[in-house]
Amino acid sequence: MISNILKNIGRFAILVLLQVFIVKNINLGRYFIFFPYVLFILLLPFNTSKPLTLILAFVLGLCVDMFYDTQGMHAMACITMAFVRSSVLELFAPREGYDEQLKPTITYMGVGWFSSYALVLILVHHLVLFYVEAFTFHEFFRTLLRVLGSTVATFLFIYLMQFLFYRQNSNRIS
Amino acid sequence: MRTLLNFLIRNNYYLLFIFLQIMCVLLISKNRNLQSTRILNSSNAVAANTFQTISNTREYLSLREENTKLARENAGLLNIIRSRSYELIQIASLVKNDTLYKQKYIYTDAKIINNSTNLRSNYLTLNVGSAQGITHDMAIINSEGIIGVIKDVSKNFSSALSVLHKDVKVNCMLKKDGAYGPLSWEKDDDYSTATITDIPIHAHIKTGDTIVTSALSSIFPEGIMVGYVTSFERKSGDSFYTVKVKLSTNFKKINHVYVIKNLYKLEQDSLEFKSQTHDKDDK
Repeated sequence: MISNILKNIGRFAILVLLQVFIVKNINLGRYFIFFPYVLFILLLPFNTSKPLTLILAFVLGLCVDMFYDTQGMHAMACITMAFVRSSVLELFAPREGYDEQLKPTITYMGVGWFSSYALVLILVHHLVLFYVEAFTFHEFFRTLLRVLGSTVATFLFIYLMQFLFYRQNSNRIS
Repeated sequence: MRTLLNFLIRNNYYLLFIFLQIMCVLLISKNRNLQSTRILNSSNAVAANTFQTISNTREYLSLREENTKLARENAGLLNIIRSRSYELIQIASLVKNDTLYKQKYIYTDAKIINNSTNLRSNYLTLNVGSAQGITHDMAIINSEGIIGVIKDVSKNFSSALSVLHKDVKVNCMLKKDGAYGPLSWEKDDDYSTATITDIPIHAHIKTGDTIVTSALSSIFPEGIMVGYVTSFERKSGDSFYTVKVKLSTNFKKINHVYVIKNLYKLEQDSLEFKSQTHDKDDK
């Protein structure tokens, strides 16, 4: 239990640092922007209480906002994503419910489950983020393109990161 | 009362969500007001110091390029001084009395320690702050051209709006005939272009024309390089040109910059404000 909390705190710090110091400088034009820090919300354990998820997402968003100079925008996107997460988890739940031992990663839940779960949540996050940033429907389709492009970019980034860091786990299981 | 309490306890999750959303909306709306200062920005101690460390290490990678840039700028400045003194010798009767000139702008050198170019609203962080005499609404330029405008200041750092920000407007003019219009960063511009609207159609505009800042701006000095005209069009029924400009500043490679303080800005602004309010009173 304690180790789990420490692990999540460590992941929080690493992801925020990765986002603001490395990923922020990756520049593939205005349609592909990476926000892999949302992986923190994706990987929270299944039994995290709903209000705690919201508060953690809020803090995460504020931390990223501080470095991006976008006061409140990332926080808003993150809490919306955390709010939707509980419904998405219910929607994609296996018939017998989630095993408390399992974690929402590719190695435990499979590629198909993780992809649909992650894509929906990243899309929600990016929709809120980019439309609040643009703050107008005047650029509706351009912003939509940015949302879709960045969703794919972030998803690929997160997908590759999972393969880099969680390979050992799968070896242990099999 | 009890039913109310029960309701609150039963729906605490939704209420928390709504509460947090309202907090975010308040933060964002505070941020959108360009005059107000932000609470959570990159000029606070934690963010700025980490950016400073990163920037210090990265600076070594571009030393060669920075040196070339500085040498070129020095050469340009030397040229100006030489030509001035030559002129004085030629016209012996003209005596330049120093008391006739008053300093209008103060330049401070600074370093960009955080920068972005791919968002819709891009911000910069600089390593100078109120301790170095920086206040908000000061202009930022480098030897290539305009960069941005200071927004928030802490003791040793300041955060600024880049020209690549959807709310920043800089008054610009054609260098050759002085036709002016506001420069803004529109939705179809990338990091090296911007758009000027409202250039009157009687201006003889050509592609390749130089654009500089105009004297209408109380932030930027007159005649600072902005860029070159790449294309211009007149929408049907419009009596103005919309001009696409290639910015002379390479926003992906800005490091050393100058922050410019206009010593008469307060006087000019308060006068303009006064006559505007008088105008309203008359109506």
